Amino acid sequence: MTAHAAISGDTIERTVLAVPDAHCAGCMAKIERGLAAVPGIVSARLNLSTRQVAIAHGRALQVPDLVAAITRLGFAAQPVAETNIEVSDNASRALVRATAVAGFAAMNIMLLSVSVWSGADGATRNLFHLLSGLIAIPTIAYSGQPFFRSAWSALRHGRTNMDVPISIGVTLVTGLSLFEALTGGPHAYFDGAVMLLFFLLVGRMLDSFMRDRARDGVAALLKQTAPGALVIDAKGRGEWLRAGELRPGMRMLVAAGERLAADGIVETGASSLDRSLLTGESKPEPVSVDDKVLAGTLNLLGPLTVTVTAAGQDTSLAEIARLMDDAGQGRSRYVRIADRAARLYAPAVHATAAAAFIVWLLLGAGWHQALLISAAVLIITCPCALGLAVPAAQVVVAGSLMRAGVLVKDGSALERLAEADRVIFDKTGTLTLGRPELVNLTDLPVAARPVALALARSSRHPLAEAIRRAFESEQVVAAELTNTVERPGFGISAEFKGKPVSLARGESSDGLSTTLTWAGGETVLRFADHLRPDALKTILRLRSLGLEASVASGDNARSVATAIAGLGLTAQTGMEPRDKLDLIGRLKSAGHRVVMIGDGLNDGPALAAGHVSLAPASASDVGQSAADAVFLGDSLLPVAKAIAAARRTMRVVRQNFIIAIGYNAIAVPLAFMGKVTPLVAALAMSGSSLIVVGNALRLRNAAR
Amino acid sequence: MSGLLYLIPIALLLGLSGLAAFFWAIRSGQFDDMDGAAARILIEDDE
Repeated sequence: MTAHAAISGDTIERTVLAVPDAHCAGCMAKIERGLAAVPGIVSARLNLSTRQVAIAHGRALQVPDLVAAITRLGFAAQPVAETNIEVSDNASRALVRATAVAGFAAMNIMLLSVSVWSGADGATRNLFHLLSGLIAIPTIAYSGQPFFRSAWSALRHGRTNMDVPISIGVTLVTGLSLFEALTGGPHAYFDGAVMLLFFLLVGRMLDSFMRDRARDGVAALLKQTAPGALVIDAKGRGEWLRAGELRPGMRMLVAAGERLAADGIVETGASSLDRSLLTGESKPEPVSVDDKVLAGTLNLLGPLTVTVTAAGQDTSLAEIARLMDDAGQGRSRYVRIADRAARLYAPAVHATAAAAFIVWLLLGAGWHQALLISAAVLIITCPCALGLAVPAAQVVVAGSLMRAGVLVKDGSALERLAEADRVIFDKTGTLTLGRPELVNLTDLPVAARPVALALARSSRHPLAEAIRRAFESEQVVAAELTNTVERPGFGISAEFKGKPVSLARGESSDGLSTTLTWAGGETVLRFADHLRPDALKTILRLRSLGLEASVASGDNARSVATAIAGLGLTAQTGMEPRDKLDLIGRLKSAGHRVVMIGDGLNDGPALAAGHVSLAPASASDVGQSAADAVFLGDSLLPVAKAIAAARRTMRVVRQNFIIAIGYNAIAVPLAFMGKVTPLVAALAMSGSSLIVVGNALRLRNAAR
Repeated sequence: MSGLLYLIPIALLLGLSGLAAFFWAIRSGQFDDMDGAAARILIEDDE
């Protein structure tokens, strides 16, 4: 690091890149040391949890240089979408702090309470109660904030949620205990109130960690669809600009294999564009000079110079963003199961406590004793187990799903997933892999394969990568080539044992193909988009779970029919983003709860509108941010696994509710009769929480 | 019993110092990369 002292402080920039493949100490050392050795890079630090590397570098280096540096080290890297750089985990931090304070206070108050229970009385008991109060009141004021705030905002909107009974209970009990402590009474429930907060905060914290982990996982996958472009100025110099910095009138150079970062008109060059992410259409569209091209499309064949006509928020993607905003409204109205339970629970609890107060007054007890008993009812019914019942089960299952390759963004997604009864698949990239795969491997003589692999390895073109994948999985060993040259728009040529060989652009018009020329002759290699592995198995499993599936695709009827042949699915084709939205709207008003599974930009609105939605890891950034869960790998099976696991989760959550209610059925009469001392309350509360958490742990392997 | 007058404040103070240390650790970013911290110990620094 000292070698770069020449770079002064104000010219240092910080860039964050996602490195999804980094997974071990070796990768860390390799990336950090390899980058630090690059001239112009001051330092690099890899965060293994978020799979992002933060690089401090001189201004001379631009994003593509950094990406290239990491590629040379053997890792794929991509710029992190701007919104993800400042990932705010303030919520989690605040919860951790609140939990730490509550835990500390609970332990110390319990220390004092144990001495009271074991027989301290008179002045000592009073002193201990006062000390407990001294610890408890600031703790409740600090650690109780998440509950008070949420309860207040619910009440202000005329609703009620789980936090309302918690807040009322804790406040009332604390006030009453303070009164007891000041007047030298025998029972103070500071320990119960603080312990309750501690248990509930642990539940909240787990919930928040689950969301953070999934979000980090998704952020690491999130490839910005078109992070930027190489812009050429009047003098022919190139500068790499982020998509947000592009302006109409600029000229950008788009190499083969790159995505367009802005809408524009082709100035020079001819190529084919893959619009599947944008429209779902699988057939490449040929473009040449003066054709209009759209942001988000993938340039397949040759380099293009494009004059930007619209960038950033003005691109054709903006319409999709607007549709998504509208579509997302419905989901925000979803009420989570814990809050639905609280709607019944809160009035019941408050009515019981009030009844206890009135009954004891009528029986002739003093108002002080009556108030104490109703406080005992409140603290014993405070939904400690209820508050843990849902997050505990959801956290355990989210961990299990993560190991199975599904990142679930939050607990509400699991609840909605369990309710689903209808599945809609997108075709390109969702049912299919969304990338070209070599079809006619067998047409190629064995002798030519090492040559083909060696040629393919020297290019980043999508078709070359398809050849590489096909032959590498066949254990082909690459041949030694000399004079390898890649000519944009034509292909790769080289010499093999003194004879010219090449992998060149195909002539055929239907679908994608390349021609391999080698010593023994010419072979045309064809490519097509394949179904994901386990697609049929997934559909059958979904059917056995009672979910009917169908396909909604932007592609034309003929290619959809060939692609999904044998799956036994009905399909609607040629659909625009708005049509998919309408389809979901129709199913919704027919009473269905739709799971939308899609990947493209065109699926964004539908993903936002579905009752719940999933996207593959290969999806566009728009698709991944709109989806509730992202599944990794090529297989489609995680979709069925996720739905089955979500249903098992809801079963356990319901069991937990029954346990919590059963506990109340025993404890409430005791409290009502005035038999619940602070000791009994503390034991009952921890006991029920442990049972609920134990039950949730049974879900450890739910996603198998 | 007069021992309590020393012991309780001492116990509270020790607990508070633990809490303060935990807060400091959060603030200084020690929990930002849990997986990385676990892996970093395996990196040999012999270069």
